[in-house]
Amino acid sequence: MKNAVGREIPDELLVGGREVYQGKNYMDGKYIKKASPCTKRCEKPQESKIVDSIAQALRDCGAKDGMTFSFHHHLRNGDYVANMVMKAAVEELGLKDLTIAATSLGSAHDPIAQYIEDGKVIGIQTSGIRGRVGEVVSGGKLKTPAIIRSHGGRPRAIEAGEVHIDIAFVAAPTSDCVGNCRGIGGKSNCGSMGYAMTDAKYADHVVVVTDCLVDFPNMPASVEAIDVDAVVIVDSIGDPKKIASAAARISQNPRDLMMAENVAKVIASTPYFKEGFSFQTGVGGPSLAANLFLEKYMDERGIKMGWAIGGICGPMVELLKKGKVQKVIDVQDFDLDAVNSINNTPGHYEMSASQYANPANKGAFVNKLDFVVLAALEVDTDFNVNVLTGSDGVLRGAPGGHPDTAAGSKCCIIVTPLVRGRMATVCEHVVTVTTPGDCVDVLVTDYGIAVNPLRPDLIECLDKAGIAHVSIEALKEKAYSIVGRPDPVQFKDKVVAVLEARDGTILDVVREIKPYTFEG
Amino acid sequence: MIMQIEKNAMAGTLESSDALVTVEPNEQGIELEITSSVMNQYGRQIRATVLETLDRLDVKNGHVTVVDKGALDCTLKARVECAVFRSCGKSDAGIPWGGVIK
Repeated sequence: MKNAVGREIPDELLVGGREVYQGKNYMDGKYIKKASPCTKRCEKPQESKIVDSIAQALRDCGAKDGMTFSFHHHLRNGDYVANMVMKAAVEELGLKDLTIAATSLGSAHDPIAQYIEDGKVIGIQTSGIRGRVGEVVSGGKLKTPAIIRSHGGRPRAIEAGEVHIDIAFVAAPTSDCVGNCRGIGGKSNCGSMGYAMTDAKYADHVVVVTDCLVDFPNMPASVEAIDVDAVVIVDSIGDPKKIASAAARISQNPRDLMMAENVAKVIASTPYFKEGFSFQTGVGGPSLAANLFLEKYMDERGIKMGWAIGGICGPMVELLKKGKVQKVIDVQDFDLDAVNSINNTPGHYEMSASQYANPANKGAFVNKLDFVVLAALEVDTDFNVNVLTGSDGVLRGAPGGHPDTAAGSKCCIIVTPLVRGRMATVCEHVVTVTTPGDCVDVLVTDYGIAVNPLRPDLIECLDKAGIAHVSIEALKEKAYSIVGRPDPVQFKDKVVAVLEARDGTILDVVREIKPYTFEG
Repeated sequence: MIMQIEKNAMAGTLESSDALVTVEPNEQGIELEITSSVMNQYGRQIRATVLETLDRLDVKNGHVTVVDKGALDCTLKARVECAVFRSCGKSDAGIPWGGVIK
């Protein structure tokens, strides 16, 4: 069945009330029954929950074949915890038919690819999939289609019981002996632990893995001891160098700066750019540089930003310290400046993934967002965005909060160069739709700006401000005139991943890659 | 005039947006090997561009290897032309500017 972004969704996936994507806000106002976990009572006075090993924690939590284990990715590419747990589960306990429900999987998790090939891991649910795991899934090696959800879609699915987490593993930079965890104060700090919060509340069992035991009580806790079954102390939970980069630097690339300046111009031309406005930006070159130019316009108009959300990095913390933004609410930290600032700089707060972006609660932060500035791998002429599959059709990206912030914000700006090497960023059809075009408002490229025709009000704003813009078709043709018209990527029939819209409907599917042939 | 590939020659680099083109003598016909970072979307166009360029230069025999890193057509053409002229010692003098090389 064809969905609202024109993608053919196989009927066999539309079972158990699953629907195809119908357009944004389709589920608004509906009621849901939340799932509840089955958790153990710990009534007796208790000294400690520390156990000897991950294997022991798994046994204590009744780990068995067919279970779903959850992980969060605040340690990013430095994470050791997911691999340690899977190794213990598969190689020490001999478990099989496992499902991994992660907030993101990257090249740090390459060893897990082998467990997929061996049939030990049969399900993957994640908001990001890169490295070897992406390759083996795209190669059709995973027994069931992977389910890809946004950062808001994931807590929605957990709360609705569509994902039942048997054991959640929390990678904790610090924990006390009963499992109060924080992302700071240890040797592998990650700052915010927002993605782990929903998992801890909805999992049957929660295991904390830490490399820095601190005195009880470790307060204020990101994950609370009341939800934790066991604490395991390991030598190291991750490689600090890969967890948080040194300060995210603002790009010096003149092309990025030109695009960033145009992003700021577009923002300043809208009626939402007023005292107390709210903002989120990605950490890509031009998105991050937009901060710089925005500050200039804020000074000119004498206004301040009310609040900013998202994955946070140094430049936003700087604005907070300078008093240019009143509050920063943080689900994940990208650099050491942000890690060192959370719960330290007044006005810098932590939030859960659900609070950040879940479309099925009573109002996530994204719903009050004025502007979001995002990157894209591809944008098509219907403004659909792909941030998941590469130009070869292989899974190597992350929807993350992209679809959530695009849908929630009043003005969603995509900023991307028109071509990358020989790849046309603006194209006829994206390989995979990860953010539907009805949520995307403005596209800023190095060859021009295009406004979604669904937003005549924004077109008027740009015209009034004298900002030149063209049709997205014109940008696509310009791109093709440089790089040539691409052939469609060749796929086999087998669906290897289902791309869920944030509301739980099916936005697109990813099929098994086919080795390239000239005849195709 | 048929252009003979007399010895092995290379042109280009493995930098992003470039291609490394190697030509070697071959007895019978054109043998073409292509690997590309953009194979899935541009494999056929790369092949067509390389074959057209060889045809324009009147190269009838040769083993041609292209390791493409997302080069645009104009870059591919230039790399193929350069490798061919190097292979027959014509890259210092004797490039037909304004002729088959425009």
